[in-house]
Amino acid sequence: MARTTSTLGIDRADVRRARTLARQVGRPIVDLAQRHTTVSVERATLRLAGLAGADPDGTPWVNRLADVVRADVGLEHGVSLPVWDALLRGEGDDLLTLAQKAAAGSVTFRVPEGKDATRARAAARKAVGAGIRTIDRQRAARERMIAKVGDAPSKPWIYLIVATGDIHEDIPQAQAAAREGADVIAVIRSTGQSLLDFVPEGATREGFAGTYATQENFRLMRAALDETSRELGRYVRLTNYASGLCMPEIAALAGLERLDMMLNDSMYGILFRDINPIRTFVDQRFSRQVHARAGIIINTGEDNYLTTADAVEAAHTVTTSQLLNEYFAKEAGLEDWQLGLGHAFEIDPEVPDSFRLELAHAMLARELFPDAPLKWMPPTRHMTGDIFKGYLLDGFFNLVGALTGQGILLVGMMTEAVVTPWISDRDLALQNVRYVMNAAGNLHEDFRPAPDGFIAGRARQVLGEAVGLLEEIKADRSAPGQPPLLSAIADGTFGLMKRPADKGKGLDGVAPKAADYYNPATEILEGA
Amino acid sequence: MSTGLVRPYGDTTGDGMVQLSFTLPIPHSKVAEGAAVQLANKMGMDPALVVHAKAMGEGFTFFVVYGRVNHLVDPSTVEVVERDYPLLTPKEANAAIKRSLRRRLVVVGGCIGTDAHTVGIDAILNIKGFAGEKGLEYYRELKVVNLGAQVSVPQLVEAAREEKADAVLVSQVVTQRDAHLLNTREMSAAFREAYPAARRPLLVVGGPRFDETMADELGVDRVFSRGTTPGEVASFIVHRLAGPRGPAGTSTEKAS
Repeated sequence: MARTTSTLGIDRADVRRARTLARQVGRPIVDLAQRHTTVSVERATLRLAGLAGADPDGTPWVNRLADVVRADVGLEHGVSLPVWDALLRGEGDDLLTLAQKAAAGSVTFRVPEGKDATRARAAARKAVGAGIRTIDRQRAARERMIAKVGDAPSKPWIYLIVATGDIHEDIPQAQAAAREGADVIAVIRSTGQSLLDFVPEGATREGFAGTYATQENFRLMRAALDETSRELGRYVRLTNYASGLCMPEIAALAGLERLDMMLNDSMYGILFRDINPIRTFVDQRFSRQVHARAGIIINTGEDNYLTTADAVEAAHTVTTSQLLNEYFAKEAGLEDWQLGLGHAFEIDPEVPDSFRLELAHAMLARELFPDAPLKWMPPTRHMTGDIFKGYLLDGFFNLVGALTGQGILLVGMMTEAVVTPWISDRDLALQNVRYVMNAAGNLHEDFRPAPDGFIAGRARQVLGEAVGLLEEIKADRSAPGQPPLLSAIADGTFGLMKRPADKGKGLDGVAPKAADYYNPATEILEGA
Repeated sequence: MSTGLVRPYGDTTGDGMVQLSFTLPIPHSKVAEGAAVQLANKMGMDPALVVHAKAMGEGFTFFVVYGRVNHLVDPSTVEVVERDYPLLTPKEANAAIKRSLRRRLVVVGGCIGTDAHTVGIDAILNIKGFAGEKGLEYYRELKVVNLGAQVSVPQLVEAAREEKADAVLVSQVVTQRDAHLLNTREMSAAFREAYPAARRPLLVVGGPRFDETMADELGVDRVFSRGTTPGEVASFIVHRLAGPRGPAGTSTEKAS
């Protein structure tokens, strides 16, 4: 006896079943994440304690310090005990001095025991606690500013990208985009950054297809958008990427510098960047704990599945990944309003009924995650250089966005795959969005798909396939002794990419925790 | 092509009509519209009609201009890289490899540099393919190693050696600051350094913004541009590596 308030005729029991499976598949991964640490989690902890800057070669002090600690005592205890023990032993007046001395080879670290360990723990907690209080203050500052200058006037929030490679070029572009109507500005990252095992330092002016994520770039852009927010009378949100090998550190910097949204997917780095699966799951759990605390909305990366796999055949992998992302996010403390679960308009326009299929998929996401903002991504694969056809396709994309109450709408450019957006491309794209929202923004009030029709049937089919895939993953025992999800990732279940747990970039930065492992950041974030 | 000289076609033969859109960094005014006409005139459009002008941001105006050009183009003088090898079906390609190499032909592919866009290399290599043609993985006699995104040049050379690659396929989508050209030159130089000339694998690059005539300049054997299908790439590789050799080496040309 299903309670069918669903407009798609979806049985609530099926939805419960899907979530139960996601939990069953996700839980062993969380256990695994809890049993390991990574160099980036440890460096993020040092950043929260206030260690910033880089040596003359540009290597951040957090890397220099963490590397020496690791060489002396290993990573398995965490860096906090050895570092604050050294400070208490008078090896340095502060973290920066200690890092400099460590880099020069004049400090030897040890793992303190007994009373020394207790004192080191307390000192570390105090130092890291100060950083977390800064994050709390930034969250309060955001809320205050929204109350004072006002929020984005309507949903979906209009999300525009800047990507010049030069922060000083990005700033005027971002401000112009905000004036033209953007509610959210995303600064695309230099494509190489995800595989850097350090966060570059300072204001940067050179990047490939994007600008490096650095603390200073974050600060400069947020300050500029604060100015523009006051000018426009609405808070303009700033987005960057907590992904790649330095995901936890970038999350910490985002919290400290009041970024508002971060791209942060649970499996993207594994599948599309060949980053080691364990490294990724450990890093993403920590980064999501930081995002939860900082009041940051995460954007997940399901759209990427559809850029490599067929958007009809692989529709259920999007749903599966959304369910997993939701589980991992909530486990890390994120709330529904912080879950910008991703999906995209990527079906080949030559496929018959492609628009009805897109609508079915988007309605399914909306119905499964009614309280999540959802991040709706425009067509890219079938944007061919025929800008006229592309403009029409973007209009239909916007229409699905309007019909399904998307929270975050990444504005599609007709010159996708041709050039990085020109000023005119952005203006035309925004006209497209405004026309559709103005003409059909309330159409969802009238629109109900026929209960036995094509759209409802397709939505139920995709959910069914997602449940089937989750069951298949849960039963995957191909890598003995490992969580089934790791086996599934290893044998190419997602996007046909095979990513074994003992391979991939960044594996050497992972360590199982020792019994005396201590991380004050995790302690505070989990205790809150 | 034997059409002779041609002009753009709007709705009447020889009318020479074209459309153009652009932005000028001046606020919208009658002067701005006049400036747009001036630009169009200088580009050879005469008469030029500004059909749309709209202020955009602060101090910018977007224009759509229609007009007539009196230039003639001569298709007979256009230089393009025509396909100089026969198009083979997967079956024919497999047979040619079997006959000529007596082993599988090894293809190593990836996106080099910071480029993370695997859509091109995947379209060519993945079994799923592109434009209705199956990718190279579908060819029984091809061993395909797809290294994916953000492969460094040394990694690519290393993988090519390890796999004893016969051909190396590189895709480049990102073109900012000419990254695709710089990366390709770096790649071809690295292969020239790492291999004696006779042993070097066939180097093929592709991407939507490449100019197919640039192969020599980039130090590669072939450049493929937008719209290339897996079958074309496979046929080229087979033609160069498993085509008939010796005195009868040109016989394949007849097949086309």
